Amino acid sequence: MGLRWLLNRLVVTIPVFFTVVTAVFFMIRFAPGGPFDSEKELPPGVKENLAAKYHLDEPLYQQYLRYWGDLAHGDLGPSFKHANRTVNEIIAESLPVSAELGLLALFWAMLIGVSSGIVAALKRNTLWDYIPMSVSILGICLPTFVIGPLLVLAFAIGLDWLPVAGWESWEHRVLPSITLGFAYAAYLSRLTRGGMLEILSQDFIRTARAKGLSEARVVLHHALRGGLLPVISYLGPAIAGILTGALVTETIFHIPGLGRFFVESALNRDYTVVMGTALLYFALIFVCNMLVDVAYALLDPRVRYE
Amino acid sequence: MSLFQKFWLVRSSITLARIAAAAAIAIGIATTGCTARSGGDGKTLEVGNGAEPKDLDPHITTGVPESHILQNLFEALVSKDAKTLDPVPGVAESWTISKDGRVYTFKLRENSKWSDGSPLTAIDFVYSWTRLLEPKTAAEYAYQAYYVKNGKAYNEGKLKDASQLGLKAIDARTFQVTLEQPTPFFLSLLFHHSLYPVPQKAIEAHKEKWTRPENFVSNGAFKLEKWEMNKVISVVKNPNYWDAATTTLDRVNFWPIEKADTEEKMFRSGKLHVTDTVPLEKISHWQADKSGVYNQHPYLGVYYYWFNVTKKPFDDKRIRQALALAIDRTRIVKYVTRAGQIPATFFTPPGTGGYNPKPRLPADLSQLDKAKKLLADAGYPNGKGMPPVEVLFNTQDGHKKIAEAIQQMWKENLGIEVTLVNQEWKVYLDTLRTKSYQAARAGWIGDYNDPNTFLDMFVTGNGNNRCGFANKAYDALLDEATKEQDVAKRLAIFDKAEAILMEEMPVMPIYIYTRTFLKQPEVTGWFANVEGMHQMKFVRLATKSVQ
Repeated sequence: MGLRWLLNRLVVTIPVFFTVVTAVFFMIRFAPGGPFDSEKELPPGVKENLAAKYHLDEPLYQQYLRYWGDLAHGDLGPSFKHANRTVNEIIAESLPVSAELGLLALFWAMLIGVSSGIVAALKRNTLWDYIPMSVSILGICLPTFVIGPLLVLAFAIGLDWLPVAGWESWEHRVLPSITLGFAYAAYLSRLTRGGMLEILSQDFIRTARAKGLSEARVVLHHALRGGLLPVISYLGPAIAGILTGALVTETIFHIPGLGRFFVESALNRDYTVVMGTALLYFALIFVCNMLVDVAYALLDPRVRYE
Repeated sequence: MSLFQKFWLVRSSITLARIAAAAAIAIGIATTGCTARSGGDGKTLEVGNGAEPKDLDPHITTGVPESHILQNLFEALVSKDAKTLDPVPGVAESWTISKDGRVYTFKLRENSKWSDGSPLTAIDFVYSWTRLLEPKTAAEYAYQAYYVKNGKAYNEGKLKDASQLGLKAIDARTFQVTLEQPTPFFLSLLFHHSLYPVPQKAIEAHKEKWTRPENFVSNGAFKLEKWEMNKVISVVKNPNYWDAATTTLDRVNFWPIEKADTEEKMFRSGKLHVTDTVPLEKISHWQADKSGVYNQHPYLGVYYYWFNVTKKPFDDKRIRQALALAIDRTRIVKYVTRAGQIPATFFTPPGTGGYNPKPRLPADLSQLDKAKKLLADAGYPNGKGMPPVEVLFNTQDGHKKIAEAIQQMWKENLGIEVTLVNQEWKVYLDTLRTKSYQAARAGWIGDYNDPNTFLDMFVTGNGNNRCGFANKAYDALLDEATKEQDVAKRLAIFDKAEAILMEEMPVMPIYIYTRTFLKQPEVTGWFANVEGMHQMKFVRLATKSVQ
């Protein structure tokens, strides 16, 4: 492991990067409808002016090369929909918000999911197992746009403990992060349970118990490392997804995060924002998958990279 | 390990989790308790505003949410009465119109200032309108200034010399506009945000970033203080505004809340004073509510279906007429849309610029027999032999419900099969533009309070003529109307044109829009008008905390 492995990964990723940029660039431009299509038709003179301003009148290959040129300088271009913002600015403003929301959601997910999964594995085929697993089915099946408003009705409007929407103070973080984390908690509890069950049936666990180690040490020190492997694999892409895909939660709770731009830009045909968010997502997945591999190496002694 | 130890291990990890969660919620409650339902300080108005603005540059924006904010940041040359929408002095305290209706001379107020204290002069208006027409600005509403002499030529790049435009600053307080031809509704056009004055110094210094709060300069009752994308736009009272004495609010917060549900919940929890809309499913609940927060007003817009006259089956006038007569508009507004809309027995909303069109369509099924006969004449008695009609709408629940109702009505009443097709917004626009549809849902909101904004789109070749309607008699009437200066004569011409429209039926009007919103009772001075325009300088907020 080490530098050679890292360089190896980077080299493999570069052609993927090129493919992503090219594919997204052309796909979004071939979709019917353009960024300035509106219900009220623009006079031809106005349309020409708009096209000239955003270089949409250039031949496609020239626009493509122009994009690479800007990308080399780290310039993701101006947004077509939000006329006075650049993509860099949009990402800089909304990514931290999504990141905070995502991390809080993960916190809830890990807290509820992993602990209930461990308990379910230890107390297999008892109520401690059945109840969390049934609730997790609910979490997997109920979409966020059902859970969110239900929580709002209960805690914000009914009990008046928390605000309905927004992202200002500490209280505003609670409901959105629980809503977002609920589905992930459901998956995590099942994965943890499965992973733990597999590990707990291994010989080395029997040895550890036979040697007289306390149950706490057996579970938390020996079993958990291996039992969490499926969780780690799941978390890699999940982290990338939670940062960019929380569209519904962000819309329900009026949170100025990146997820909304991710989806709305495609619907608006905002070419530059689509490209910018797609590339960001790509970078996130790359980093997260790398971290997953590193975590694997640390957790599982059977894995070794040269 | 003993049973007891196992039990303890399990219990403790769960307990830990519970404690953490409870602590979080407890902190939440402790800090929330007092402020969750605050009614505010009585001087800050919280308004739901639909979507995040595209920009706050009056020359760049096109949408309604932006116009709500801009009409409070800027003041037009000629403003609108808050209740009647009649032209009233704005930046211009008086004006004269030449006998031929081509030259307008505006006298600006003596104490006109920008929000940074610098004087607002006629030169600012020349600069602003020139910038609107400047090709580099790529303003989508540049055509609002095509009424100005040489405006179109300059915007299309055919004319390079801006001094040839019909705009002149005779002196610091006198702004003169020369039009291409007499335009009777020119004064009501002036309220459109594209014709607001924009700050030359700020734009030249900061380019596109001039709309950032730290650079923003405007001339209206409020100035921009905060703009957090997708979160809130906050404007504060502008002390340099000539009528600042009328403004009692210190601050207005515009919340770009896209989800109507969320907005309604925020209203219920006391975070908003006024909402932008009411979720469709909640309308009947709020209509029954006695507290008076529900508001419903006619709006300057019409909901209709296009008939593609360039393709079968709608190239046959009889089929268009038959289908238009075979829907029960009253049932649709009563049971499907349910927000007090008016069945559209005409195309132009009544009251538009004083125009009241003659009803030429039934509001119910009273002419169904005529419809059946028309269909039979066209060769499809009782719908036999008629291929299914495709109805297109952009993906949205409301449009789907209406389309389903109409599908059922045409089946029951005429025996015609209908297939429903929904497309994503941009794809739908593309389909309309290329005329690759048979019948398509559409809505048209008036740009200004005059019938011309509704009727000129049917002129042959007009960019907004999505159905291919081409009628020489109609074109001639519209042309005549734009030149006629006598108001009554002009409205009579429009009615004649509309008669042709309702005879040829290239569109099937369904209902006239209403605006629905919720408003806390302590908000007053929020006048209803068909354009949904609300100037916050007239709005008063009584100090009262909301329960």
